[in-house]
This record gives sequence, C-alpha cells and structure tokens, in this order.
Amino acid sequence: MAKERIQIMVCGGTGCTGDQGEALLDNLKLELEANALENSVNVVKTGCMGLCSMGPNIKILPDNIIYTGVRPDDAREIVSEHIMKGRRIERLLFTDPGSGEKLATEKELSPHRKQLRIALRNCGIIDPESIDDAIAHDAYEALATALTNMKPLDVIKLIKDSGLRGRGGGGFPTGIKWEIAFNNKSDVKYVVCNADEGDPGAFMDRSILEGDPHAVLEAMAICGYAIEAAKGLIYIRAEYPLAVSRLNTAIRQAREYGLLGTNIMGSDFSFDIEIKYGAGAFVCGEETALIHSMEGDRGEPTVKPPFPAVSGFREKPTIVNNVETYACISPIILKGSEWFSSIGTEKSKGTKVFALAGKINNVGLIEVPMGTTLREVINEIGGGIRNGKKFKAAQTGGPSGGCLTEKHLDTPIDFDNLIAAGSMMGSGGLIVMDEDDCMVSVAKFFLEFTVEESCGKCSPCRIGNKRMHELLEHITKGKGVPADLERLKNMCHVIKDTSLCGLGQSSPNPVLSTLENFREEYEAHVTVKKCPAGKCKDLMEYFIIAANCVGCTACARVCPVGAISGERKEPHVINPEICIKCGACMEKCKFDAIIIQ
Amino acid sequence: MSSIKIELRQEDINKIKEICTSFGNDPRELINVLHKCQEHFGYLPAEVQEVISDELEVPVAKIYGVVTFYSFFTMTPRGKHPISICMGTACYVRGAETVLEEFRKELGLQVGQTTEDGKFSLSSLRCVGACGLAPVVMIGDKTYGRVAPDDVRNILKEYE
Ligand SMILES: Cc1cc2nc3c(=O)[nH]c(=O)nc-3n(C[C@H](O)[C@H](O)[C@H](O)COP(=O)(O)O)c2cc1C
Ligand code: SF4
Ligand code: FES
Repeated sequence: MAKERIQIMVCGGTGCTGDQGEALLDNLKLELEANALENSVNVVKTGCMGLCSMGPNIKILPDNIIYTGVRPDDAREIVSEHIMKGRRIERLLFTDPGSGEKLATEKELSPHRKQLRIALRNCGIIDPESIDDAIAHDAYEALATALTNMKPLDVIKLIKDSGLRGRGGGGFPTGIKWEIAFNNKSDVKYVVCNADEGDPGAFMDRSILEGDPHAVLEAMAICGYAIEAAKGLIYIRAEYPLAVSRLNTAIRQAREYGLLGTNIMGSDFSFDIEIKYGAGAFVCGEETALIHSMEGDRGEPTVKPPFPAVSGFREKPTIVNNVETYACISPIILKGSEWFSSIGTEKSKGTKVFALAGKINNVGLIEVPMGTTLREVINEIGGGIRNGKKFKAAQTGGPSGGCLTEKHLDTPIDFDNLIAAGSMMGSGGLIVMDEDDCMVSVAKFFLEFTVEESCGKCSPCRIGNKRMHELLEHITKGKGVPADLERLKNMCHVIKDTSLCGLGQSSPNPVLSTLENFREEYEAHVTVKKCPAGKCKDLMEYFIIAANCVGCTACARVCPVGAISGERKEPHVINPEICIKCGACMEKCKFDAIIIQ
Repeated sequence: MSSIKIELRQEDINKIKEICTSFGNDPRELINVLHKCQEHFGYLPAEVQEVISDELEVPVAKIYGVVTFYSFFTMTPRGKHPISICMGTACYVRGAETVLEEFRKELGLQVGQTTEDGKFSLSSLRCVGACGLAPVVMIGDKTYGRVAPDDVRNILKEYE
C-alpha cells in the first residue's frame, strides 16, 4: 500500500454518479494524464460518502480535504491548483448553512459532527474494488482472530454480550439467533445475508455493499464459523447492479486470497458465498419469503415457527441477518463486547445508519449512536428544514412505521422508544416532512405501496388494505364523511391482528399514527372538506385577494383555461367552476395576491 | 396473459435451452433462469415461459405465477428508452407524483405501457438510492435529478 501517495477519492454513490460524477472522474483522469501525473496520483471511486445533497463530492488524501458540488469542468482547477500547487480551492469547500463558515475536512463538516461510524467505517474511505485497500483498513483481521483464538461458542458469547440487535427492522438479538442455529445440529447449515432493502426511501444497505463489500463477506464467514456452516448466500435485489458487481469482485478477490473457500487461512474451516437475486418484491425481505424466493418460488411468507434458525433454506438451519448487522460484527470481535455495549442506550446498543431524506438541508447517509434525539438528527446533522419551513413530522420504518412529531423531538431514538411512539426502527429510512405535507396523503402513499406489495396470501392484508386505500382516496377527494375515521381505525386493528406476516401486521401503522397525531387534519378533510397543508388538489380553491391585486392581467394571460377575468388595473377574479387548479397564476403573480384556500 | 403473439425462432429456443442447462435444469433455479432469459429477450413472453416449462419440467402455470409475482419480470417489451420515475418516499415528498403525471400526459401512457412505436415505456420504481437528487427519473441508465414538471418536455426532446 502506497499510503503516502496523493489519492483523489471520488464518491461513487448513486446520487453523485447520477449528477455527472462519472464525467468528473473521467476528466480528473484526463487532467492528470495531461500533466503526466497519472502514476503519482490515484483516482479512486469509493462508495457513498454520505453527503448526498451536496454532491458530487471528492476527497483528497492525505490532506483530507473535501470538495462538494464539484462539476466535471472543475477537474482542471483541482489538478492545477490543489494537486500541483497545493492550494485549496475555496469556492468548492462546503459552506455551513448556519454559520457561513467554510469547512474543509471531514471533522469540520457539520453533518459529520454527531456521527460515529461503525457499520460505515470504511464507506467513502477505501476503494471498494481493492481487497488490498480493505485489508489495509483491517478487513479480515477479525476473521483471523476468530479462527485462531476463539471457539465458535466464544464468538457467539461475544456477540451476545455486545447486545447487538438485528438492524433489518425486528431488532432480534443477533447472538441469541446464532446460538439457536449453533444448537441445531445438522450436516448442512446456511448463512444468509438479507440485502433485499425494500423500504422505499432507504439506501443504507446498498451503500454498505457498494462502499465496503468485504465487511459483509468477512462477517458472514465469522457467522459461518460460529454456527458451523460452510455456505453463505447473499440475497440481493437485481435492481442494484453496482452493488452486485462490487460483491462479485469482492468474492472473487477473497477467494484468490484464500479468505473464502476451503481451509481459510490454513485452518480447517471452509466457507464460500454465492449471490442469489431478488426480483423486486418488498415482501421478499421477510425472512421466510426470502427463503422461498431463493428456492425459486413465489416469495410468500409462511408461518413461524419453525424459525429459519431451526429450519430454513432447503429445510436446514439458516441464519438470516441484515447487511448492516453483519457490518457491525468485525469491529465487535476486534474491539470487544464492552466497547460496543458502552455505546447507545440500555437496550439498544451501538449505532444505527439512517438514510436521511425529504425536506431537509443535508440529505444523506448518517450513522449515529442509538439514543441520539430526532432534534439532533434534524437540526445538527441535517442542517434544519429546507427553505426555513416548519418541521411537521418524520417517518421512520417506511411503510411499516409511523410518524414522529414535534413532541417526539427530544426522545432518544432506539428500538423500544420508537415502538412506544407508535413507529418502529425499520431498516433506517428517515424522511422529514414540513408544513406543506398533508399527512392524509402521506398515509395514502404508504398504503398504495402496501397494496401493491401485499403477496395476496391472506385476505385482511390483500382486501383490507385495498379498502383502506379506497377510503383514503375518498377522503382526499373531499368525498369522506366523519364516520370514515372510525371505520379506518377499526380496519387497522383487524388487519394488524389477523395478518400472517410482518407486512400485513405493520401495514396499518402509517394510518394509525397519522390518525393519532394529526386527527384534526383528517377532520378538516371530512368535515369542512379542506386540506390544511394545501396538498389535496380536489379540496383547494385558488382565490385572488382583491386588496393585493393591481390588475396587471399577468394571471389572466397565463391561465390555460381562461378561468380568470377582470379589467386592466382592476382586481381580477377566478371562476372556480372553470379553474383546473394548475397553479400557473399563482406562480406568475408578483404581488402575492393569489392564495390557495 | 400477454396478448402479443410471437413466434420463437429455433435459435431463440436453443438459447433458452442453453440457459436452462447452465443451471443444471434445476427447477429451484427458476428465478435465475428467468433473470437470464429476460436479460436476453428483454421480456418474458408466454412462449418463452413455455419452453422453460418443458426444460425444467415445471408446469407453465407455476412459471407464470412466479413471473407475475415479481415486479422486475415483465411480459411486455420495454421501450427503447425505458423511463422510470422514482416513487420512493423521498421523491414522493419532493413532488414525484406531479412529474409522473407530466410524463403520462406528454406520452399519453399509463404506468406499465409502451408507446406504439416502441420508443418509450413508462414505469415507476422505489428509491434508486439518489434521494439527495429527489425527485429522480431514470431513462435507460441515465439519471435525472431534481426534475420539475416543467423539465419533462426538454428531457424527452433529448431522445428525438
Ligand atoms: C415485510 C417485511 C420486509 C422486510 N424487509 C427487510 C429488508 O428489506 N431487509 C432486511 O434486512 N430485513 C427485512 N425484514 C426483516 C427480516 O424478516 C428479518 O427479520 C431480518 O432480515 C433479520 O435480520 P436482522 O436480525 O439482522 O435484522 C423484513 C420483514 C418484513 C416483515
Ligand atoms: S400479511 Fe400480507 S404480505 Fe404477509 S403473508 Fe399475508 S397477504 Fe402476504
Ligand atoms: S426515494 Fe427516490 S431516490 Fe430515494
């Protein structure tokens, strides 16, 4: 490893790559070649650096300077100024939205301040396609420690003592799961990595796989050693081509180095990993459905017990763990269970990765200690709400979760507190909403997802969610009646109580939690037929405030259906019968005379 | 089932057989076989499913059941430029619905349909992992970020 060499790390996350990051990478290489520097400066495409809203981002090592919002055209200046003359390019440094300060290094960047990176320790830092780089950052050291100094039961005890709970949503203690699989004697056992990541609006697992695939491979091998399994399977969505290709590269390299395959590191432990492809079904993230899908069938859940740890893939004991859960394993082996359990809250240890998105300034991937409050996440890490608007709610747990409101801002985020607040941890999507978001529409959005994704096996989930969605559709169109709210609530409870799998059991959560926290908003929809957030088109009316209108006629000219009339220099009026609520007039008006009611 | 009737050529049939053999004609590998076939043909018409049925010795009804269960598999050909609008939560709260609506209007298509000339098809997907750019639209492999309804016409012009 030539550590002293200058390296330009270009963020290879989807956000940055999609925003001309690829062209930037090419230009940097061309500029270096033009200056005959291609042999002394490395250009590396990393995984997501977590600063998604500021992208494309690059980091220059060893100076550790981060440039944000870099355009392909900036490559010339970066090479001629920073690389060749050692001068920082001030205009490409990140400006803190609060203080106006220029921040250059990772430490200084406010989105990073409250963060603690365990699962994401190498994301954005190493070259995910180089096993040497990963090894230089301690990859496979934990596996070596386990194989040489620990018995399988020692590994299990360590993981149990650390208090690690599954990051895939359920929060089941990982060590206990491994112990169950260990105790079930069988000639064949399987270690499965759940990389299905179905929550719409979440990209944590994908970022780990794209940024540090060896972390997952190593942990799966450690799990295999602990439960005495020789075969690993990664179930990943076919829609994640970059993650798939990096995993394939990583597996190939690990085999070449003897870190996967027979007699790993000269021990008598053998373990290999194969990739299985999902094909776009949210319910396949549920572990029994996932196993059926890997067996080539429709991914429909089945009743537990038997739990997979007892009888799973091809009816053999099978561990199913989430990507992020695996990503926590090696540091625990290397640093000890006490180190891990000293982080977090009483019953939720360690850190959690969140995909922070929505109406927030710093969208991105963050990792914070369990117990961090929502206020810290939104204000300090997220940089506050966009455009100075007012915070309204944050959704965790995706379509299975609920919303947190102002009163939850200071609640420490952990597994149990989120459940108590009517939501759940889920896989880690955290979507922030502001005053312009209609909570009835949000609930409808999540139900639409559930209706599409229900596997159809049980009627409460298949039919009940569809009926609920219809009711919400009615309400947002102004056709609801007050009795609908009770009806909704009843349906929620029936579906929760009578569905087979977690999808059905949790699908009413978005409705229940918005009904509970934003009852007045639902009532406004069904009684006075108004949408307080001004989102439901059918409930809006555009209206001209006569006192503000100067009669410039701009609105009348832009209206595509001629709904606005009035004389020049006289206040205009909108005919609600003709108006199609396109909003063109409001956009055009320079005098703030047009409002939505 | 799909209304489009197609005639498979002998070389297509051979290709399917080859794919099935590469997975040992093991019915448990059905999903992998379907992935490979879709990669090759672009979609999975009934006729392709029938050949797979013979090769793996599984009823065609089961294959149809699997194909229709997973949203990644499709029985209608995608357009030359497949347009996917991200309807993940982050994109939704930043207005993806209005963008989808605009594409629908411009192309006269519903989600899941392809234009008659086979040029564009319209679909929605969930979170492409670029939430920082929300709302996000993908056309083929190209990502468009922070798309507003007003941009739609210009984006489509690039493909004329
Ligand atoms: C509808 C549904 C979807 C799920 N989706 C995922 C998923 O995308 N990724 C995941 O790791 N776990 C998912 N789970 C949880 C898994 O069933 C399982 O609990 C988890 O993979 C276990 O790993 P962990 O203990 O490491 O969390 C889902 C569960 C349900 C009910
Ligand atoms: S609850 Fe819904 S998704 Fe789960 S098994 Fe039943 S129908 Fe399928
Ligand atoms: S929700 Fe659209 S990219 Fe994540």
